Amino acid sequence: MLGVKHSPFSTNPKQLDPILAAAGGIILGKDREIRQSLACLLAGGHLLIEDLPGVGKTTLAHALANLLGLSFSRIQFTSDLLPADITGVSVYERQSGEFRFLPGPVFAQMVLADEINRATPKTQSALLEAMEERQVTIEGETRPLPQPFFVIATQNPSHQIGTFPLPESQLDRFLMRIELGYPDRGAERALLAAGGQRASADRLTPLIAASDLPRLQAEAAATHAAGPLIDYVQALVEASRRDAAFQHGLSPRAGLALLAAARAWAWLDGRDMVLPDDVQEMLPLVARHRLRSTQGTGMARSEDIAALIRAVSIP
Amino acid sequence: MSIRPTDALERGATPWLFAAALATTLPHFEHQPLWLSALTTVLFAWGAWLWWRDERLPGRWPLALLVAIACGGVLFEFRTLFGRDAGVAMLVVFMAMKLLELRSRRDATVVVMLGYFLLLTHYFYSQSIPTGLWLLAAMTLVTAALVRLHGGAASTPAATLRYAGLLMLQAVPFMLVLFLLFPRVSGPLWGLPQDAHNGRTGLSDQMAPGNIANLALSGEIAFRARFTQPPPARDRLYWRGPVLEMFDGKIWRQQAARPRPPQIEALSPPVAYESTLEPHQQRWLLALDAPGTLPVDLALENTLTATARLPINQRQRFSLTAILDYRFNPDEEQAVLKRNLTLPPEINPRSRALAESWRREESSPERLVQKALTLFSGSGFSYTLQPPVLGENPVDDFLFVTQRGFCEHYSSAFVALMRAAGVPARVVTGYQGGETNPVDGFVVVRQSDAHAWAEVWLAGRGWVRVDPTAAVSPTRVESGIAAAMPDGEPLPALIQVRANWLRTLQFRWEAINNAWNQYVLGYNPQRQREFLSRLGLNDPDWRNMAAALGIICGLMLLAVTGWALYRRPHLDPAARLWQKALRRLARRQVNCAPWETPLALVRRLEDERPDLAPAVMEVADAYLQARYGDQPDQLKILRAAVARLP
Repeated sequence: MLGVKHSPFSTNPKQLDPILAAAGGIILGKDREIRQSLACLLAGGHLLIEDLPGVGKTTLAHALANLLGLSFSRIQFTSDLLPADITGVSVYERQSGEFRFLPGPVFAQMVLADEINRATPKTQSALLEAMEERQVTIEGETRPLPQPFFVIATQNPSHQIGTFPLPESQLDRFLMRIELGYPDRGAERALLAAGGQRASADRLTPLIAASDLPRLQAEAAATHAAGPLIDYVQALVEASRRDAAFQHGLSPRAGLALLAAARAWAWLDGRDMVLPDDVQEMLPLVARHRLRSTQGTGMARSEDIAALIRAVSIP
Repeated sequence: MSIRPTDALERGATPWLFAAALATTLPHFEHQPLWLSALTTVLFAWGAWLWWRDERLPGRWPLALLVAIACGGVLFEFRTLFGRDAGVAMLVVFMAMKLLELRSRRDATVVVMLGYFLLLTHYFYSQSIPTGLWLLAAMTLVTAALVRLHGGAASTPAATLRYAGLLMLQAVPFMLVLFLLFPRVSGPLWGLPQDAHNGRTGLSDQMAPGNIANLALSGEIAFRARFTQPPPARDRLYWRGPVLEMFDGKIWRQQAARPRPPQIEALSPPVAYESTLEPHQQRWLLALDAPGTLPVDLALENTLTATARLPINQRQRFSLTAILDYRFNPDEEQAVLKRNLTLPPEINPRSRALAESWRREESSPERLVQKALTLFSGSGFSYTLQPPVLGENPVDDFLFVTQRGFCEHYSSAFVALMRAAGVPARVVTGYQGGETNPVDGFVVVRQSDAHAWAEVWLAGRGWVRVDPTAAVSPTRVESGIAAAMPDGEPLPALIQVRANWLRTLQFRWEAINNAWNQYVLGYNPQRQREFLSRLGLNDPDWRNMAAALGIICGLMLLAVTGWALYRRPHLDPAARLWQKALRRLARRQVNCAPWETPLALVRRLEDERPDLAPAVMEVADAYLQARYGDQPDQLKILRAAVARLP
């Protein structure tokens, strides 16, 4: 990771470092993943966290929402969840004789969609459409979702029983996909000593105002990406289309996502320019869930992404 | 033998090499001894099997044994290891064996180079259009193999072929310049291609019943002629070959040439034409009757047969003229006339008796000729390619028993009758007619147009052509043999086909072949001189030509290089400085992969080479600022940092 040993050009104030530090105090030993999640939100994208239950996915989402001052709601996806359970329903009010809309849990600035692959595809797509359009249409009436609007979806590894894996077209709606993994030895020891962290996540207070977030996003998006760097992104995308390890290549949207993620990553580091290192760091997060491996049926393996990076020379 | 991993041949390149080897050796199978082709095939199959199973290639000793077997076989077959056939055989076997030791990139390069050389050897055997096309494809394949060797596994087959095709296209201008300007030697450089010598069919210097009928079964082209004006009518196209004067009752033979030149009185203006003769291993030119003035290196025999000095064993082109109405030797030598009255005694008594009875009735030779022609045109006689076999007295058998014959039967019987009736007569063989190819306007004369007719000497008129076949079957002379033959005759399929798309196709193909022969294979020193003088280079010697060639090729190379340099992406100055820094680091055993970021390099060096790390860090920082930052004037800092690099 940049900034560990040698981090040049970090000239700008790192405005979100306090947030990273606070979140790092809750989810121990996962500084890198917290930074990745934050970069995803900064790039204006939705985040997919895939891992085993109990590694801290929900806590991470909760902590980020609290620290960023966002209204938070959590939807636990189950196999009998209905689309209306997410978007909301209109009920008849006898007093006024009118229908009143009761907004669903999706009307929050940060929605945690827990175990999204436990719900049926119909319910999944209700959320995914909301993510894409940033608005919900119920009974012919279009209602905008609050701004900013983030979805952090968690997913159990799809080989677990009773899951409906998200189709590729839906996966594409997530800017990044990260894995949390088990904490390292020291972090786990500290966790065991301190007890569960969910409660402390609830107690976190906002470090920035939610209204500041659009400004920060705009700053991140303005990070300078030079011509050679855009060439590099393009070369990687093109190489993914030729690579025999993948069933198909990255889409133009994936190329845009990669560039946006790299910008946010660079901005988090306090730099005003994107470096090839940022692209290499972001590529596995942006590309893996968008590519399908030709070996087996799953998504691209991280070794294949590493090989892809090694096949493309940096312009 | 251990091979460094960088030199090892990549597995995916092998099929390309096999394809290239196959394409360059396959046409040789046609003329090689069978055992050699079988051995080559076995070696190919073995190599392919080893590749498929990914098995170990044979070691040194089995290969040495194979070499010994192959050399022994070639030595036994050809009695030498050198020369065209033996040399080519060795090359083919070596190519097949090289596929059994494809270990390193060097081996693969040998296969490619051998492939290029083998391409050349095919022209020793054939220079036809199909050969040329095959070799063009094979050359693209060999080039593709070379491209694949350098391109690595990342290149797709389509991209490899496309690149090879592009290289071939780029070579086209050079090919044209070399073809036009490379100093030509008269006569081929390494001996003639085989197909220059294999004139299989053609007229011979004697005629027995059935000779020409056999020839008529071949649809092969004998020669082509192009007239400057529209060609004369078909029934006037008599192309004269050997004139046969000696008759032993069965076979007509040529009389040795006499020195006295023929006298020809032209009654019509000469017709100019150019004739391209296919090789037929004889000296006669088959000129249109009667030949006018001849080029200096050709001779006109007393019998009006135009001949070349040497047998024609290569396709050759002659500029000739013909006088269609002529008077030929009106005052012929007595010895010649006497010879043309001679008949073998005691053979063909019935025909002789018939002729003598005519002679008692008629005194005018013209009348006698007419009588014979009337006999043939009368009922009973028919024109056929499958005449019955004739006995001891062939003329008698033909005239009175079978009455079915081809042109040689009619001409032979006619001349025998004339001689017996006291009119000097002889057999003329050659070709009659020909077909105008509507595509290129050439008159194409085939072996099936082979013909035999007669000449009688009439006082005051000289030798006069009489075609007895025309009396039997006028269509033969007017429309050609295919129209003259009744259905069911075994004519070659090619000349039977009439007025349909196949015929058009055949005309086109022959026109293409003819153009290839005329303009590509026929581009000899003389043609080259003509071409160059049209360019304004009069009578250049080979030095001037070589100089012109060098200059033109050099200019073209310069143009191509300039274009490539212009097209090359202009390397950013910062990137250039970074490359320079990397080169300097490489001298200190520090290498940076093309995908490795400068910061990754720095971090690696912090562990591996702490002595270099600070200086490299400085360069990397300056480079990243200059290349990826948006502030100007970073180049100076970068240049200074690179200069400080140890």
